[in-house]
Amino acid sequence: MSGHRALGALLLALMFFTGIAFAQAIDPLPFKNHAEEVRFQNLTRELRCLVCQNENLADSNADLARDLRHEVFDLMQSGKSDDEIKQYLVDRYSDFVLYDPPVQSSTLLLWFGPLAILLAGAVVVVVTVRRRSRVAPVATMDDKSTDEGDDW
Amino acid sequence: MSRLLPFFGFVLLVALFGFGIWWNTQHDQREVPSPLINKPAPAFVLPRLDEPAQTVSRDSLLGKPYLINVFASWCIACGDEHPVLMTDGKSIGVPLIGYNYKDAANDAKAWLAEHGNPYDMVIVDQEGRTAIDFGVYGAPESFLVDGKGIIRYKHIGPLTPDVIKTELRPAIAALAKETSP
Repeated sequence: MSGHRALGALLLALMFFTGIAFAQAIDPLPFKNHAEEVRFQNLTRELRCLVCQNENLADSNADLARDLRHEVFDLMQSGKSDDEIKQYLVDRYSDFVLYDPPVQSSTLLLWFGPLAILLAGAVVVVVTVRRRSRVAPVATMDDKSTDEGDDW
Repeated sequence: MSRLLPFFGFVLLVALFGFGIWWNTQHDQREVPSPLINKPAPAFVLPRLDEPAQTVSRDSLLGKPYLINVFASWCIACGDEHPVLMTDGKSIGVPLIGYNYKDAANDAKAWLAEHGNPYDMVIVDQEGRTAIDFGVYGAPESFLVDGKGIIRYKHIGPLTPDVIKTELRPAIAALAKETSP
């Protein structure tokens, strides 16, 4: 019985460790310290893999993503700031590599379109509610009996 | 009138979504626009496939327009493109430079031996380091570079007879018009 349990624990530990070993094997980069690795992870998470397009550089297994991760790492080692590294990639691959597109005339609709639609909806609701309460406050009271069951 | 307002709102949203769907059918979402168009081609020094000791640089190619075609033996779409280059490559009027991308030299040579070599010259980027400067994110891709070393046109994906006719030849003709008078 305890033998089974020990075996189970061993298997679990093995699964756990092979998982970690695998994650490391994808990209063993020689980080100087933990802070540097965290910075690298955050940076590559904000950059898009050009091949897969819906994955970021940190997660992607694509060949080019690996190359670009190494590129980002090398740029970090040469003392470039995050913005400089992003600009380096934008110069080559356009704004498309950024997961957050910059606010420009061409992206205004993307950034503020949903907000504009929401505001338009809010305006319509407020105007409608106000008009109804002004025009027929008594009528709405009367309607209440027939309105039951519709509320949700 | 105000009763119909939600209906109009609904129609507006339907129109918006319809426009989105139509727009997506007109544009290839996978194509990343190159920020390098009308900018100087990145400086490069790359070895030739046939003579690895010899290198080709951007500066050594200045003076005449040329077409760089990124290809690799592992790239399936390049297999579709290759016959097109074999038939049309010689008649486009500019040298065709093969850019062998992340390929083993032997594989590339075998591939060209088997399918024919449409290129005036093949340069090799085994690491893919220069390709990053070019903004290459796959193969095939083609860059038209003018005599001053400026990238004037880029095509992503295989060149087809249609693309050559409607895009590449006009782009090359425009270059020729610039330089002749």
